[in-house]
Amino acid sequence: MLSRTADHIYWMARYIERAENLARMLDVNNRMSLMPQSEHEVERLWLATLDSIGLLEAYQQRYDEVSARNVVHFMALDRKNLGSIYSCLRLARENAHAVRGTLTAELWETINATWLKLREYQLDPLDADELDAFFEWVKLRSHQFRGVSFATMMRDEANCFLRLGTFIERADNTARILDVKYSFIEEAPRRDEAGEYYQWSALLHSVSAFEIYRKVYRDLIVPSRVAELLILDPSMPRSLAYCSSEVCNFLDIVANQRSRETLRRAGELASGLRYGRIDDVLEAGLHAYLTRFIERINDLGNRIASDFLLPITG
Amino acid sequence: MALSQEQKSSKGFASRPRFYDEMTSAGGEVRSHYQGYVKWFDGIPADRMARKRHEADALFHRSGITFAVYGDEAGAERLIPFDVIPRIIPAQEWSALATGLRQRVKALNAFIRDIYHDQEILKAGLIPAEQVLANAQYRPEMQGVDVPGDIYAAIAGVDIVRAGEGEFYVLEDNLRVPSGVSYMIENRKMMMRLFPELFARNRVAPVEHYPDLLLDTLRAVAPKGVLDPTVVVLTPGSFNSAYFEHAFLAQQMGVELVEGRDLFVRNEQVFMRTTQGPRRVDVIYRRIDDDFLDPLAFRPDSMLGVPGLLSAYRAGNVTLSNAIGTGVADDKSIYPYVPDMVRFYLGEKPVLNNVPTYMLRKADDLAYVLEHLPELVVKEVHGAGGYGMLVGPASTAAQIEDFRARILLNPEKYIAQPTLALSTCPTFVDSGIAPRHLDLRPFVLSGNEVRFVPGGLTRVALKEGSLVVNSSQGGGTKDTWVLEE
Repeated sequence: MLSRTADHIYWMARYIERAENLARMLDVNNRMSLMPQSEHEVERLWLATLDSIGLLEAYQQRYDEVSARNVVHFMALDRKNLGSIYSCLRLARENAHAVRGTLTAELWETINATWLKLREYQLDPLDADELDAFFEWVKLRSHQFRGVSFATMMRDEANCFLRLGTFIERADNTARILDVKYSFIEEAPRRDEAGEYYQWSALLHSVSAFEIYRKVYRDLIVPSRVAELLILDPSMPRSLAYCSSEVCNFLDIVANQRSRETLRRAGELASGLRYGRIDDVLEAGLHAYLTRFIERINDLGNRIASDFLLPITG
Repeated sequence: MALSQEQKSSKGFASRPRFYDEMTSAGGEVRSHYQGYVKWFDGIPADRMARKRHEADALFHRSGITFAVYGDEAGAERLIPFDVIPRIIPAQEWSALATGLRQRVKALNAFIRDIYHDQEILKAGLIPAEQVLANAQYRPEMQGVDVPGDIYAAIAGVDIVRAGEGEFYVLEDNLRVPSGVSYMIENRKMMMRLFPELFARNRVAPVEHYPDLLLDTLRAVAPKGVLDPTVVVLTPGSFNSAYFEHAFLAQQMGVELVEGRDLFVRNEQVFMRTTQGPRRVDVIYRRIDDDFLDPLAFRPDSMLGVPGLLSAYRAGNVTLSNAIGTGVADDKSIYPYVPDMVRFYLGEKPVLNNVPTYMLRKADDLAYVLEHLPELVVKEVHGAGGYGMLVGPASTAAQIEDFRARILLNPEKYIAQPTLALSTCPTFVDSGIAPRHLDLRPFVLSGNEVRFVPGGLTRVALKEGSLVVNSSQGGGTKDTWVLEE
């Protein structure tokens, strides 16, 4: 297929996935900020979140004060913020529009209808009591996108690049969510057992893993197990292990003459996760481990771009 | 009770039309080919019709069947208004039109071949040589270049209007990148979705196989010796006003939709960049104007084209459809000579009428036109899209004087034609249903043979009395039915 077409499909999927993960993150933070705690704690939570997705500076340029209301607006519907849910869905739609002929009619209409509805939200700012419904809506539209693509698209190259976009983005996002939450809890000035329970369960909820955790461990919520589930569990659909292994599978299908090294690196990353032990990860330091993971996933993203999406040929 | 002038023969349709009406005769009778439709229409409750019209808008929006609006906020897209009352053409009438279209497009292709080769028609003195050779649309680069099958305009969109019973005129031959065919198909799909029962009761000739015919045509004009040609559609990109159509046609034909940056030329051969490496391209259905095709040959600032494309083309390694330089044949200054072309190249009597045309570069014509501006339509020779024209009867004295001054500055830039009483068809408007003027653009494909789907795109001027049907000027569209007998 055309490299440019593959590029648009890959980014369409990445932006949809990013919008969904933003909604998850905002949703959980929004709930957390309603818990009894000091104002300083709430501020610390939002600052850490903004920092983890690289938007802290952009936020500080626009707002003096860190409040749930401001940050949620900035990250949900602010059209000037290129990292907002609004912008992600706009960019997803622009990428889809550029290759609409390659998508099935159902898939294109799903994305287009999402965009049309989002523009209505834009006209009518959200009240605090509507936020839940909005985040739920974003997640549902993302589920619908995946469902429609799964049910209607040929299992061809286009499908592979769509999935690559989804899993590269999801791996990155899960790693960031885990990183920010873990350090947030660990660095809390005052340990508070009940509070920590809510923090951990909120993290699990944000990646749809609360019930999975219970099912897998049949146990209390223990930080090391949360980390194990989100990093190493091979059958948890948002874990780093699962996402890396999917990246590897789809890279294998689309392999071309240039992509050997990319495939090797993806395989190396996936194997490390497949055979890794959480004790080793924690011993080396979770933050350092996740930082390195994010670098490696982004390296794969760059290599996919130069191998397939933006080839320099003359 | 006094009868109003617009007495109703059925709910909402005018009974005594002022102009030739496609549905109703001058005497107020519903024409025979509309009787089935009107009977059905009378049985539909008004609120169902209103609901269906609303549904059509919503569906077009959701599926993004829109055109981009230039100069508006980036990404702004508008619907072309769709009217649910079809324009119906009886089979007999269509078959006469079809004969005329086939003849006209053959002659036009012969003309283009001729002027880029031996120029017999100029030698015969039928057209003044400077009309052709000094025309901005004449491309000297094409002199002596052979194209497969001698087909230059593989896709033509011929604009036809009706002024009376059996009285059809060609307004324009669009031989460059005519658009609108996707709306013809989408309008049909929409009508079948909204009113399936209509299609069970009427024998409407299908049009949805147009992309098949188009692909067949494009493969037929592939470079010699290429057995299984790779065809692509070349678009300026997703911000172009006709982007929907480009994507639609590529998808329906199952070929790649490419932009200039997806292609490159090596050793006078054209390749596209794919995830599996370069792949050879044989036929390019290009929806980009000549000027932007190749920055090395034409406009150097073009970001849309492919450097070196002209050299590959001239070497015969790739086909461009339509060919470069077809614009010289659909130019308004050449239009008056098309009937002569039919006689000269085919030795036949022209079937389709031309509108009598005054060429303002001629002193006699200029004098006449200046005296009769309020009755005439004046157009720029190189204008398109309904811009830069004067419709005398619909203009104020001030507008006419303003246009007179513009003509006098550059008379050779204009032609003039009598204002035709374009036929009308009942159409939904704000105040209910009213007759509105319309035209018809059939799409004529020339490959191994000349082919088309019955009918074409009907465009309708939604403003009362307006004769300008272009979508850029607020025109709408209708589904077009050729009724089989």
